[in-house]
Amino acid sequence: MSGYSVTEPSPRQKWIAGALVIGYAVITILPLVWILITGFKSPSDSISYPPKVFFEPTLEGYVNLFTTRTRVSPETLESLPPPETWYDEIVRRNDLVIAGPSRYGERFLNSIVIGFGSTFLSIFLGTLAAYAFSRFKVPLKDDLLFFILSTRMMPPIAVAIPIFLMFRQLGLSDTHLGMILLYTAVNISLAVWLLKGFIDEIPLEYEEAALIDGYTRFQAFYKVVLPQAATGIASTAIFCLIFAWNEYAFAVLLTSGTAQTAPPFIPTIIGVGGQDWPAVAAGATLFLLPVMVFTILLRKHLLRGITFGAVRK
Amino acid sequence: MPSNPIDSAARATPEPVARKIRGLSDRAIAWLFVAPTIFLLLAINIFPLIWTIRLSFTNFRANRPNREVEWVGLRNYERILTDSDIWLTMQATAHFLFWTIFFQVLIGFTLAWLINRKFRGNDLWTTIIVLPMMLSPAVVGNFWTFLYQPQIGLFNYVVSFFTGVDPSSFEMLGSVTLAPWSIVIVDTWMWTPFVMLICLAGLRSIPDYIYEAAEIDRASKLRQFFTITLPMVLPFLMLAVLFRGIENFKMFDLVVQLTGGGPGSITEVTSINLKREAFEKWRTGYASAYAIILFVTVFGLASIYVKALNKVKQR
Repeated sequence: MSGYSVTEPSPRQKWIAGALVIGYAVITILPLVWILITGFKSPSDSISYPPKVFFEPTLEGYVNLFTTRTRVSPETLESLPPPETWYDEIVRRNDLVIAGPSRYGERFLNSIVIGFGSTFLSIFLGTLAAYAFSRFKVPLKDDLLFFILSTRMMPPIAVAIPIFLMFRQLGLSDTHLGMILLYTAVNISLAVWLLKGFIDEIPLEYEEAALIDGYTRFQAFYKVVLPQAATGIASTAIFCLIFAWNEYAFAVLLTSGTAQTAPPFIPTIIGVGGQDWPAVAAGATLFLLPVMVFTILLRKHLLRGITFGAVRK
Repeated sequence: MPSNPIDSAARATPEPVARKIRGLSDRAIAWLFVAPTIFLLLAINIFPLIWTIRLSFTNFRANRPNREVEWVGLRNYERILTDSDIWLTMQATAHFLFWTIFFQVLIGFTLAWLINRKFRGNDLWTTIIVLPMMLSPAVVGNFWTFLYQPQIGLFNYVVSFFTGVDPSSFEMLGSVTLAPWSIVIVDTWMWTPFVMLICLAGLRSIPDYIYEAAEIDRASKLRQFFTITLPMVLPFLMLAVLFRGIENFKMFDLVVQLTGGGPGSITEVTSINLKREAFEKWRTGYASAYAIILFVTVFGLASIYVKALNKVKQR
């Protein structure tokens, strides 16, 4: 483009706008940076006044996150053989010995299993349903889409009451399968809605050509439509995964042990004499970082997806 | 809104082409593909909803499943609608809803407008601003209680740095006057990007030629803003408000972690109140009636709002 354009902002305008947005971004990122650095502080550094920006980094928070510890008397500590590992050494500095692993690893693994399990199921069922909604005359189609959206209006606690009773009857309480099914049911409405949008955009001619070439509908679906919708499916999957990863209300009400995910667990990390903030921050960092990295790497698809999904509704 | 050409093409699938092909008929495939989803929704959405309606007419308590269940008719509903505590809860919710939406719209729109100046690197900074909304509200909310600590908390420190107030002189989470604002601040921090992104989509949907025409007509920049930009973004903005409204009406995780409804019950928004009734006092029947009332309220308000939204769109 050359010459003067009325819609192109002047350099000065751009400069001011940029400065303001960057200013806001810096403020908004501050709490997240604080989580990151608190994870590397010692407990006493983490609660110092004024808040410390420069400090001697330690892995104590991470060690505390993954272990349980017991206090021993200095004499007993003396009598122990020298620490074998670096984490033993960190713990012993505070007159403690490692008693065993903490539950964080398990909870994190639960988050992965339930998150990916429900995402896979949502995408599998959602793609099929979206294809049918997009290509065929399905009775009550419009009502169904409306119904799909209206299920999102219920507070999770309200939904949790009968689910709690139902799961208790069926033996699904505190199981991975129960949580996977529940998250799938919550996610599938949005998944169908987003996927239908992506499939609508694939020209019908491709499938027709395939059908004329002797493909069955099934073959046309997975050989022609699916590859075309791959990007859409991937970005929908990320939304489902992020929901399941972050979900708290159902997790805290319906799971207590075996199938508990990380979000209800992290706030319960307690140290000696109150919350162990470096350990909490370490747990939060490990839990939040994958999502942040994902968001930054996939920003093009993700940002479009957020508005696309919303604006279409 | 112009109808989607692909959509209408899809509706006009040439049936004979599809039908003559071997394999399952289209109708069978359609049902095969939709059935599992419908089954899942029936089992985990519809059936529980019907169960909730049924429970709402009883005095059932989930912690005593063997106790005889009595039908109490509409008594649960009566008690809820005449309970003054519920109205306090509604007030807390209304305060939270109004101010979060107010700030998110104000800041979100401004940011979108600024980002739309297309300065260099704007997409990277947009992504950074978006980060909070992608994260787990429970985990982040829990960490905010640390930032809000008097004296040692970063939030109090920053506030005192700029205002000169003693950082240990105010407790964001512990004080009756500040606690409602503490949840508004975190929610605004978290969800402003959502409003921003939708506004940005709205701003980018305005074609350049409208501004060019306005420029030829010598409309001032200010006038262009009020007669072009704002009206054309309005449907998007209203949509963003709808989503934030519904989401914040059911807000649970963030508030539970931050204040747990306290101090006292000053920040006890509906979800927390409902959780107390259902899972702490175990008044399952009563809580079910409460849930139904909430659902009807949200549904009704949302329907009215969507009607208004459609009117704005048609203009």
